[in-house]
Amino acid sequence: MTATPTQPGATARRRPARLLPRQLLLLVLSAVTVAPFAWMVTTSLKSFADVYKAPYLVPNAFHGSNYVHAWQAAPFAHYYLNSLIMTAGILAGHLVIDTLAAYAFARLRFPLRNTLFLVLVATMLVPQFVTILPAYDLVIRLGWYDSYAALIVPRLADVFGIVVLRAYMASIPKDLDDAARLDGAGPWRILTLVTVPLCRPALATVAMFSILYSWNDFLWPLLVTSDDSRRTIQLGLSAFTGKYGTYPHYLMAGTVTAAVPTVVLFLFLQRAFIRGVASTGLKD
Amino acid sequence: MTLTGRAPRTVAPGTGRRGGLAEASTKARWRRPAGGGDTRTALLMLAPALVIIGVFVVYPIVGTGYLSLTSWDGFSADKAWVGLANYRHLLGDEAFRNSLGVTVAYGAGVCVLGVVTGLGLAVLLNGTFRGRGAYRAVFFLPVVTSSIAAATLWRYVFADTGIVNAVLTGLHLPAPNWLGDPHLALVSLTLMTVWKNLGLNIVLYLTALQTLPATLYEAAALDGAGRWAQLRRLTVPLLAPMTFFVVVEGLITSFQSFDLVYALTGGGPLGGTETLGFLTYREAFKLSHFGYGASVAYAAFALVLGITVVQWRLGGRERWAL
Repeated sequence: MTATPTQPGATARRRPARLLPRQLLLLVLSAVTVAPFAWMVTTSLKSFADVYKAPYLVPNAFHGSNYVHAWQAAPFAHYYLNSLIMTAGILAGHLVIDTLAAYAFARLRFPLRNTLFLVLVATMLVPQFVTILPAYDLVIRLGWYDSYAALIVPRLADVFGIVVLRAYMASIPKDLDDAARLDGAGPWRILTLVTVPLCRPALATVAMFSILYSWNDFLWPLLVTSDDSRRTIQLGLSAFTGKYGTYPHYLMAGTVTAAVPTVVLFLFLQRAFIRGVASTGLKD
Repeated sequence: MTLTGRAPRTVAPGTGRRGGLAEASTKARWRRPAGGGDTRTALLMLAPALVIIGVFVVYPIVGTGYLSLTSWDGFSADKAWVGLANYRHLLGDEAFRNSLGVTVAYGAGVCVLGVVTGLGLAVLLNGTFRGRGAYRAVFFLPVVTSSIAAATLWRYVFADTGIVNAVLTGLHLPAPNWLGDPHLALVSLTLMTVWKNLGLNIVLYLTALQTLPATLYEAAALDGAGRWAQLRRLTVPLLAPMTFFVVVEGLITSFQSFDLVYALTGGGPLGGTETLGFLTYREAFKLSHFGYGASVAYAAFALVLGITVVQWRLGGRERWAL
């Protein structure tokens, strides 16, 4: 990390007097940010009678039965499974297909390479609702309604992953490629034996974004599924809200269920996550 | 970043292993086969991505344009051609004009608040002190939470009986009907969206802040500039390229924002939060006006493009250097 902008002479020393108002402000702001989550967890553990009564942010009861009830009232296990399958499918697709494409853009020379790349990047500016109507029509005509194919196939590749991987690959020196070529390796072997192993940070970034995106995705699954057997967790939660809107404690149990996986994943992989986000802010 | 705000040439550093293999590059290199060999390999490697993206992204983008010239209802066998009738209808449609206003106000609110909170908190977090990582993680939590979970949660937080009003009442302040009034509902949606993206903006600004040279600040301090002046005169202008990036991200996010709208207010009350994306959905999937919905989508698309181009010309050029 480069030196941070502070008062001269204070770069390394801590100055408690200056730090206190900053810490205080951060404490207050982070408390405000976290408050809704605290309410969510607290409410999910209350009995119905206590929902609208204090305390609001700190649990004073632990009615785990709320979770049991919620999981019995709606097929949350199914929803989880469907989300898992969809996420796994999309993740695999991104890691494989995006890497292949990124390598082609980064290392191979072919006509219209830059134009093609620009066209792909341009598609990232297009809002989702501009593509859903014909895509929906296509999926229906393919007979994929209410199927995993509808949930996974249209999203097997994404431009974001290609951009991230290509940028990273471009920063890897070509010396290693050349050395491998001297040993008789062609582009495919160079890709799999040299480039991919070196791309771990970029692959991790792509993986995290893909998982985050897939797990939290709502609109597309909403359009292409209607049966509980294929509904994902976000759809399930939304439907649950309709039925249990007046029972906040059950609803919050369901909400916690839907939110937990990505939050837990994030908490475990914080540094990598944030590093991944930061890397997208640095353009090449 | 340099004074011109140009980002460094490389992205996340490659590992660039040196050592024995470096010698190989000084020996005679085997030339790779001329263009043709590469092209075939490239085609094979690109095929899966191009097929998926071509079929499910590029084709639909064009397809929506085509649909906007029809009056298709979403399930009939034929799509009746109506030319520009949908667009003519757009111009006079009350719902469209409302939606346009909502989307622009929403986008502006999200961008401005996003920049202010992101930059402000990044400045606060910039530096080494205890708990910094924990704060950063806390601000990032909403980012990784699903939009449906977040919006469901906030529906109760903003409810008349929710904690926001509980706090306001406790402070003897008026406790408005956050989700019941059309205008206030949009404010609520905006606030929630800013909360949701807070961590993202903070991390982006932190990244940019860390590339600013400390010597500049030392010089400014020597000239007598206090922290506030340093912020206004040095930090903010130097961060302009990142601000551009954050604004574009904010625009794209708010224009796309379907999930949050759906789960928080369902577009209401009285269309108070009906963004263009939501209107598209409603026209196509609730009213079976696929053709008209497509024209709404295209109009929104044009808007996004227009704003992005204007932004780019106004000073984002350096950052994007395309």
